[in-house]
Amino acid sequence: MQDLLYFSQQLINGLTIGSTYALIAIGYTMVYGIIGMINFAHGEIYMIGAYTALIAITGLATLGVAWLPLILIVALLCAMIVSSSMGWAVERVAYRPVRGRHRLIPLISAIGMSIFLQNYVHLAQGSRNIGFPALIDGSFRFGSSEGFQLSLSYMQITIFITTLICMTVLSLFISRSRIGRACRAVSQDLGMANLLGIDTNRIISATFVIGAALAAVAGLLLGMYYGSVDPLFGFIAGLKAFTAAVLGGIGSIPGAMLGGLILGVAESMTSGYLSGEYKDVVAFSLLILILLFKPTGLLGKPEVEKI
Amino acid sequence: MIAHNFKHALFCAVVTMVVAYPILGLNLVARGTRVGLEGADTTTLIAIFVAAVVVFAFQLYRDTLMAALGKMPKLNPLAHREPMPQAKRVKMESWVLTGIIVLALFWPFFVSRGSVDLATLVLIYVMLALGLNVVVGLAGLLDLGYVAFYAVGAYTFALLSQYMGISFWMALPLGALLAALFGLVLGFPVLRLRGDYLAIVTLGFGEIIRILLNNWTAVTGGPNGIGGIPEPTLFGMEFGRRVKEEGNTSFHETFGIAYSGEHKVIFLYLIALVLAVITALVIRRLMRMPVGRAWEALREDEIAARSLGLSRTAVKLSAFTIGAFFAGFAGTVFASKQGFISPESFVFLESAIILAIVVLGGMGSQLGVVLAAIAVTILPELAREFSDYRMLVFGAAMVLMMVWRPQGLMPMRRAHIELKRQE
Repeated sequence: MQDLLYFSQQLINGLTIGSTYALIAIGYTMVYGIIGMINFAHGEIYMIGAYTALIAITGLATLGVAWLPLILIVALLCAMIVSSSMGWAVERVAYRPVRGRHRLIPLISAIGMSIFLQNYVHLAQGSRNIGFPALIDGSFRFGSSEGFQLSLSYMQITIFITTLICMTVLSLFISRSRIGRACRAVSQDLGMANLLGIDTNRIISATFVIGAALAAVAGLLLGMYYGSVDPLFGFIAGLKAFTAAVLGGIGSIPGAMLGGLILGVAESMTSGYLSGEYKDVVAFSLLILILLFKPTGLLGKPEVEKI
Repeated sequence: MIAHNFKHALFCAVVTMVVAYPILGLNLVARGTRVGLEGADTTTLIAIFVAAVVVFAFQLYRDTLMAALGKMPKLNPLAHREPMPQAKRVKMESWVLTGIIVLALFWPFFVSRGSVDLATLVLIYVMLALGLNVVVGLAGLLDLGYVAFYAVGAYTFALLSQYMGISFWMALPLGALLAALFGLVLGFPVLRLRGDYLAIVTLGFGEIIRILLNNWTAVTGGPNGIGGIPEPTLFGMEFGRRVKEEGNTSFHETFGIAYSGEHKVIFLYLIALVLAVITALVIRRLMRMPVGRAWEALREDEIAARSLGLSRTAVKLSAFTIGAFFAGFAGTVFASKQGFISPESFVFLESAIILAIVVLGGMGSQLGVVLAAIAVTILPELAREFSDYRMLVFGAAMVLMMVWRPQGLMPMRRAHIELKRQE
């Protein structure tokens, strides 16, 4: 009984982390699907989202606002606006001028951008980690056995619900809206979409903005879940999310969701049954193994190299 | 046109404000367990405002400005000059290089101990950058976990000396060979991957090595690292005040001179110099050998190179292994110089710095990479008060180089045959 409870607890924790990975992974997968580059700075955008959310929460607390839903909504909006602007600006400054050159050039530019943003926040806000107030406290507890209780915190429920809403909205947006249709067209054939009168530059910008907004949501959620932020917070999370995107098949949005959940569960199982220190090793090993044996991921389409 | 530009410029200015103000203008301060918010000083606020205005003005008059810039005469008076004949250039280059090496040989005897120590570090970076240059610059494989091979070299020496008492000279080839072996073993499966996947996998590998070093406490000492790594000896002569190992003599007693701590520093510097020169020469030869040509061919066009019968795996693997070999070299020297190593020294940032050196110097160009290594290591030391901004500037420089001059400051020039100009 206890074993089963312990397993379920790890599963819940894993799905919680995994759903936020999925949110970040969407940014990677959409950008890759359209212009075929790895947006290395995406993890930093997520980190900036978390910082902005914390700044907004602290600002509201200073102003004396105490109504929780208002605080959360304002923080979320601020984080999404700042992150989206950041995503737009990064694309404009670092990626658009090098688009279409040799594959490595945008990637190196992205790495430079990632280092730049990390140090930008580091210089402005200090390198120490800052405590994130636990706004959503408490948990459901059930099924105790031999002193072990299965707990599902309200925070975890919030994460599930928010992720679910985001994913639903995104799916509807991609499948129904005009921009969503244009996004799909551009990801299938950029040149052809351009010929048919789609402003591809705008669509590419839109992709970056959407990805950044989702990363900001993840930033707020994970910031509250972990209880602290620091400038290096985005690097590992970004790598994990990239792993999730590759796992699900890069370029595919349902794949990113699936990959995020699988990765989250794999990680929490490792830290639950082996040791917390090796959970990153498991994530990276998983990445290497997938790329070796199924480079297209679980739901991805094979890529044919044309001459 | 102007109306459209105006809207766009306004939008850009607003984005600049939105991007800069919350992060720069509002600072989070920890007050006990609670977090408070403080507004930044007026200078920062003015700076943000000025930045927004500049962006606005630039975007508004962008077309005019760009046109004016295009018409401006080239600032560089040498831009239109005929390139130097190849024979002359090669001759001059070798003279300059010989001059630099001779100067570098005698230079440490006249300067302070601190500068020599720094110069040793520069040479370690030169070795690393030259090695990575083979992988990234020549073979076109973006390796973001290069620091892992550096760590393998350093830890090989540290562990062997701790458990088996092996000396520097034994560890040097062993460390390099082990690093090369790691490169071979890692490279074999992953080199089939396309460029950007390869980058991420090598990054993951670098992190795995670091996490293992950090957590395998029983062997590596974990985060505490390994200390007491011996210094190199000169034909069994030690450079310490007292001889530590049986059978060795001490340098200052053998030559009958007074003991000085500088001897050791200079000796290490000279070793690093010789190794760096060897690295440069070996890679220089390799570049002109068939294998070097194959690296470049594969970088330029993989499909064409393969259809000409080059084995993709063998060519890439050779570049990867050779790069790893020289990283192992550098790692051994580093361990010996520091006397103490810990996983702290082998983080991703280190890989990024080495990559930045290669990118700034010009991918593939040896002289450019050497100069960039010197600049990147020495400039932060000279401008100590700006050392916080070092990584910020690196990041910005990497982006700007990719946008404006992706071939680097001193682009690679391939030896080629020149056609006689028709009269």
